Amino acid sequence: MIKSRIRKYHAPVWDEPLVMQLGSQGRQGVAMPITEAAILEAVGDPENLVPSSMRRRSKLDLPELSEFEVQRHYLHLSQQTLGMMQISLFGTCTMKYNPRVNERIVYQPYVTEINPHQDPETLQGALEIVSRFDYLLRELSGLDKFVFQAGGGADAAYIQACITRAYHASRGELAQRNEIITTTQAHPCNPATAAAAGFKIITLPLEEDGYPSISALKAAVSSRTAALMVNNPDDIGIYNPNIREWVKIVHEAGGLCFYDHANFNGVMTRIRAADMGFDACMYMLHKTFGGPKGGGGPAVGAYGCRKELIPFLPGPLIEKNEDGSYGLKEAGALSIGRVREFWGNVPTVIRAYSWTRAMGIDGLRDAANISVLANNYMEKRLLDIPGVTKGLPELRKRRLEMTRYSLGELTQATGVTVLDVQNRMTDYGIDAFWLSHEPWFIPEPFTPEAGELWSIEDIDYWIDVLETVCNEARNNPELVKSAPHNQVVHKLSGVNLNDPEKWATTWRAYKRKYKVTE
Amino acid sequence: MPDIFSKNPTPHPFMANTAPGSYKEMLRVAEVSDIEELFEQIPDEHRFTGEWNFPEALKSEVSLYRHVSGILKKNISCEDYVNFLGAGCWQHYVPAICDEMVTRTEFLTPVWGTPSSDHGRNQVWFEFASQLGELVGMEFVGLPLYSFGTAGGHAIRMASRINKRHKVLLPSSIDPERLAVIKTYCGYPELDGYIEIIMVEIDQHSGCIDLDDLERKFSSDVTAIYFDNPNYLGVIEKDAQAICDLAHKFGAEAIVGVDPISLGILASPAEYGADIVVGTTQPLGVHMNCGGGVGGFIATRDEERYAREYPTLQVSLTETVEPGEMAFGLTLFEQSSYGSREHGKDWTGNSVYLWAVANATYMSLMGPSGFKSIGNTIIERSHYAALKIAEIPNVTIPWGSIFFKEFVVNFDATKVTVAEINKRLLACGIFGGKDLSKDFPGLGQSALFCVTEIHTQEDLDNLVLALKDVTK
Repeated sequence: MIKSRIRKYHAPVWDEPLVMQLGSQGRQGVAMPITEAAILEAVGDPENLVPSSMRRRSKLDLPELSEFEVQRHYLHLSQQTLGMMQISLFGTCTMKYNPRVNERIVYQPYVTEINPHQDPETLQGALEIVSRFDYLLRELSGLDKFVFQAGGGADAAYIQACITRAYHASRGELAQRNEIITTTQAHPCNPATAAAAGFKIITLPLEEDGYPSISALKAAVSSRTAALMVNNPDDIGIYNPNIREWVKIVHEAGGLCFYDHANFNGVMTRIRAADMGFDACMYMLHKTFGGPKGGGGPAVGAYGCRKELIPFLPGPLIEKNEDGSYGLKEAGALSIGRVREFWGNVPTVIRAYSWTRAMGIDGLRDAANISVLANNYMEKRLLDIPGVTKGLPELRKRRLEMTRYSLGELTQATGVTVLDVQNRMTDYGIDAFWLSHEPWFIPEPFTPEAGELWSIEDIDYWIDVLETVCNEARNNPELVKSAPHNQVVHKLSGVNLNDPEKWATTWRAYKRKYKVTE
Repeated sequence: MPDIFSKNPTPHPFMANTAPGSYKEMLRVAEVSDIEELFEQIPDEHRFTGEWNFPEALKSEVSLYRHVSGILKKNISCEDYVNFLGAGCWQHYVPAICDEMVTRTEFLTPVWGTPSSDHGRNQVWFEFASQLGELVGMEFVGLPLYSFGTAGGHAIRMASRINKRHKVLLPSSIDPERLAVIKTYCGYPELDGYIEIIMVEIDQHSGCIDLDDLERKFSSDVTAIYFDNPNYLGVIEKDAQAICDLAHKFGAEAIVGVDPISLGILASPAEYGADIVVGTTQPLGVHMNCGGGVGGFIATRDEERYAREYPTLQVSLTETVEPGEMAFGLTLFEQSSYGSREHGKDWTGNSVYLWAVANATYMSLMGPSGFKSIGNTIIERSHYAALKIAEIPNVTIPWGSIFFKEFVVNFDATKVTVAEINKRLLACGIFGGKDLSKDFPGLGQSALFCVTEIHTQEDLDNLVLALKDVTK
């Protein structure tokens, strides 16, 4: 076994121009099929098929490249993306192995070349996998039905907000019940989706135990309460042991309770949403269940609920017919309709099913145990590094799969910030750690999550790099502040990108604002 | 005791630390003698102690592959049969290089890095926005959204925040799936932010928006008109300029939904006065994936009144401390839900960013001539199919002259339902057009057929023969 030592690293630097700056006029990356003579004869000049008012007149200023040039350009850009090529402990996102076999499976025509409007008789494979996975999640959650329409965790939170609306509207109480309660430790998508659905938000702050008190919750609930949206454990590894009582209090006030299970990895097979009394929960298939993240989707927020809420689910719903085949049924009159077209990112549901089957219930248990163990292992080593402190150190109980730390002491001593450290770590091939979602209540926060993927050597290496950077911060702070030095490009110059004169989300905007002439 | 409560993990290919030495070393350093000590925060009464009803693990890759692919092979794909279904999820040819890029582990598996370590991906995103901006004629483009419908919903909410009005006009030809999403986004009258939806009739003769009805329904409290071009039924809204002008006369926003694959030959929405452009990204190098390929976008002029209402994240081209070196940074992050929780502009989260890689690759492959020729190829083939189908006895094409890619076929006079026709076509190895009889009862027994560059003349002639046969 190789003892951890700092390895040499430099990111690939291709100095790659924008694709809009490449190529040459008249070059072509694709050819179209030759139009058959009979088609030409029947329809004539295609110009005449478009009414003159609707013909494109403006120039289409796109790049002109050969097929190989396009391939090489994007290969270069892929190489200039660090991500999981070394060690990424991006907290809250549960970086895990995305089994390659799943890509082999979902890139077959029987997945890629499927139209969702096909006769269900011809979709039996896809329907069966989605249905089987629904049953696995029912088992893990204790809930009664899952749907996969939500394009991510936030979209599943939005389903909850919409179901909350429809549920109270069906009881004639919506005008009165217009408040959703959440906590500062809930992911921003919970208050944001609830507000977008029209609710007013009550956010409970953390108190001395690391979560809001029961008395604070009691003071917040009322006849206006529509729902509670919380996660547990939160993303600093703290578990609210009063959660059952919370659910009871909100139910007694007439509200629904939604369990954002973004942090499910450490508690898989130990707790189930239904046993806590929740009406609904959400799992992220692109995080906990082995689906790839794609740099931000296509993702799936699997939304599951109790049978009382099934009538409100977005359609279409998958059903098993009497003959054992599968069908699609449009949802009924109480349904929230759609939050997105069709029935979900089917390839990622397939990947999640496949991953879960590869793990089995024992594998899930082992993964949860290892995630929590790895986090506690990291803590022992991290707290030995001068300048690293633990968030909420007074809470002595063992944290679950994540712990939030602070580099505040290091910053005070050296002026080096957590963002500088993050940049410098990329010089060693270690991609960014997660800092903290809003609001920040720990100075210079960082939140690594070891999960079950990374070996003990990987975790040690990650810590060694952090330690190295912290030493550099003391001995040569400028080196860290001016980092990165071994990356694809240097640090941003600090142009204010919120200035309308300076931002440019497209090349044509940039050329105009910065007077670029080609 | 079942295995699950055993103390030591079983070696598993996905988990390095299931190796006994690694596991024990972590226990030792963490000062844990029993793994349960680590779960001390969870009260006993919260824990599940029942029996699991879970299938056996398939740890071996070959077993897993056989099992999962074995089930999926029960699907019949659009490579097995000839497909004429589109209706919001369209079968186009996906160049092999698009698939290569989205399956590259570098693009497939990461989440979020720094501007330097994510430079390659950020550049792809910028190239996605830049090329899409060229197609639609807009300078400000956000990162992708979940879908066409969600982009439409957010765009309507943007308009409502901009002009503080709360009614939106939608044509009755709109895709029912998209309409269902937009309805969700428009909310409930009992709550904040509600936007009332008013449907505008379509002219039965042209299949386009009925301009008289539109004018009747417009007023100075309408936030926007939203329409798709071509519309769901494939018809090109030839009076798009007049529709946008009318919106502007009432101080409203003109929101136009497009299929970008049409924009090599069709006017960009900017040319006829659109203020906010939304649309699908799926035709640009992404497989249908049973609907899992959908994606959307929002684009506008680069003006603060629009830019400051975007719910999405955006990357901006900028510079580094090294003179002349380009880089990318986020712009207007603070207005996102990540930056401002419930005070942000709607919300964002994971989206379909990987598809932006396919889209950027696709647009680079196509270039200006590729978009023009694919537009021509699609319009030629779809018009050929419509002409030939119209020759079948008792079969009619209500709007057969001005359409792109999709067209309505009416079977009323054949006395055979679309459901029955599609059953019979299925037996011939053909997925017939989308049955419109439930969603558009006014169209009788009609179906929406989609023809693209994937279809050969032979496919189309075979469809015509089959239709003749099954409608006898």
